[in-house]
Amino acid sequence: MSMSTTKSGTTATVDTGRRSDSVRALFARNPVLGPTAALLVAIVFFSFATSTFANVDNFSFIVQQSIVVGTLALGQTLVILTSGIDLANASIAVFGTLLMTRLATGHLPGPVAMIVAIVACAAVATLSGLLVSRIKLPPFIVTLGMLAVMTAVTNLYSKGTTWPVPDGLLTWLGTSLYLFGRVQFTMGMVLAAVLFAVTWFVLAKTGWGRHVYAVGNEPEAARLTGIHIDRTLVSVYLVAGVIYGFAAWMALGRTPTADPNAYQTGNLDSITAVVIGGTSLFGGRGGVLGTIVGALIVAVLRSGLTQMGIDSNYQNLATGVLVIGAVAFDQATRRRSA
Amino acid sequence: MSATTVERAAMLTGRGLVKRYGHVTAINGADFDLYPGEVLAIVGDNGAGKSSLIKALTGALQPDAGTIELDGRPVHFHSPLDARRSGIETVYQTLAVAPALDITTNLFLGREIRRDGLLGKLRILDRKAMRTEARNQLDALGIATIQDITQPVESLSGGQRQAVAVARAAMFGSKVVIMDEPTAALGVRETAHVLELIKRISNRGLPVVLISHDMPAVFEVSDRIHVHRLGRRTGVVDPKKVSMSDVVSFITGAEEIPDEAIAW
Repeated sequence: MSMSTTKSGTTATVDTGRRSDSVRALFARNPVLGPTAALLVAIVFFSFATSTFANVDNFSFIVQQSIVVGTLALGQTLVILTSGIDLANASIAVFGTLLMTRLATGHLPGPVAMIVAIVACAAVATLSGLLVSRIKLPPFIVTLGMLAVMTAVTNLYSKGTTWPVPDGLLTWLGTSLYLFGRVQFTMGMVLAAVLFAVTWFVLAKTGWGRHVYAVGNEPEAARLTGIHIDRTLVSVYLVAGVIYGFAAWMALGRTPTADPNAYQTGNLDSITAVVIGGTSLFGGRGGVLGTIVGALIVAVLRSGLTQMGIDSNYQNLATGVLVIGAVAFDQATRRRSA
Repeated sequence: MSATTVERAAMLTGRGLVKRYGHVTAINGADFDLYPGEVLAIVGDNGAGKSSLIKALTGALQPDAGTIELDGRPVHFHSPLDARRSGIETVYQTLAVAPALDITTNLFLGREIRRDGLLGKLRILDRKAMRTEARNQLDALGIATIQDITQPVESLSGGQRQAVAVARAAMFGSKVVIMDEPTAALGVRETAHVLELIKRISNRGLPVVLISHDMPAVFEVSDRIHVHRLGRRTGVVDPKKVSMSDVVSFITGAEEIPDEAIAW
């Protein structure tokens, strides 16, 4: 708190000052805390507000609905941690769904088609990474261009129509298992959980993870301590591309048709999830746990508001307010500690 | 210039260093000597070429002419990383820390300790070892004001941040530690802490190069003062034999350095 408060104020004002500072520090050091609290509040609220919200099937459905955008947001988190942004992620994944499907519709066996498509997704994202790191173009511009390119390529390649998925493996992620004979899990949910767990582990426990944060937070410091910024950036886009490839596979598990017009707002939805999850657009702060929470908050809001019979326009409005609120909160918690 | 009255083996020397940028001569035949365990201050006006000299000694720029020897062996640094690998650590004015990351991570940034065996091959970090080492280093340097090494650097005061950067240099610098204006942004008490750190490091036998405009700080910690003017060393003086205003006159060129003040 300001010096004047401390000097002129009574003991009581000083105390509240300290307390609000320590609360702020707590949130600044645990960026997942705020979003998690918001998620719990939303769940409790909708559980009381509607009779249909609080049941296992609904929760399972909410998670199933969020895995594709959630996985796109996982790759997006890595890019945003380097203080970048990826507007092309969903367009890359949609291209991946078409490539998988058309290759399998042709002569390739399903597993080969899948691997080729994931490698292709990784290659496209890596190209973005090379343009960002070697030619020093702003990520916003690079991925905006890549979005237009990939949308066009996908439309041309699909001949403007949807393609049904011929191979069982490509839709395998849609198969369900029932825990306790009751709780429905899809293989897609399991894969998403594995991807989040692995990414969390690598970010938290390896030198590469530390370097991703350092490059995003203070590139000059990273360079002076001998971190190869270019290599780190390219590797981040590459890993993100692999994750987008898996998102493509998950999308076919949800809908067994490759649709060139699917996930058109996937890029912005993924950014929304990342930002609501507390990862800073300025880079170097946040992480994948927040992104899980962020993706769930969006899905819970949609599901809950729908069940309350509220117009989907108001759902969009609520999400928009949440995004702005999350960024304002991020800045407010940082201002004091910085 | 080359007359050496005391026979000592220098840790870092530069001879006849030259660096030109077009018509501008940043370093004009500069010499430099740093001896083991000493604190050598480098003083000079803005534009005198102090930074260029330091950059040449740390590989940040390649001199057009001249030789550099580290511990008696000729060296050619192609980058600051080269110099760092040879044991020369630099504390930059910007400190080169990532504010959002914790103290331990910053201390080991780019030089993380990995786990033994297979886990290490998978590049998994040994966080416990790094924390222990960080704690030991801060304790050894008497940086007692930093209690929690898991807190982000941005939650520290300016002096504490400086202390983290200095601790990193002391931890990895095996031959030389160079500090660029370490007290420029600090208050009186924090300056005193940093000067105390500099003394501790040099007492360990690690020589420190201190680039500073802060005359009281220079006089408090340095064993010798290297006066830099117009791209070259005009002399090295003994702070016990001259006053601060004398040194200011040497810097501006208003006075010549008298023979009795020279400390080669």
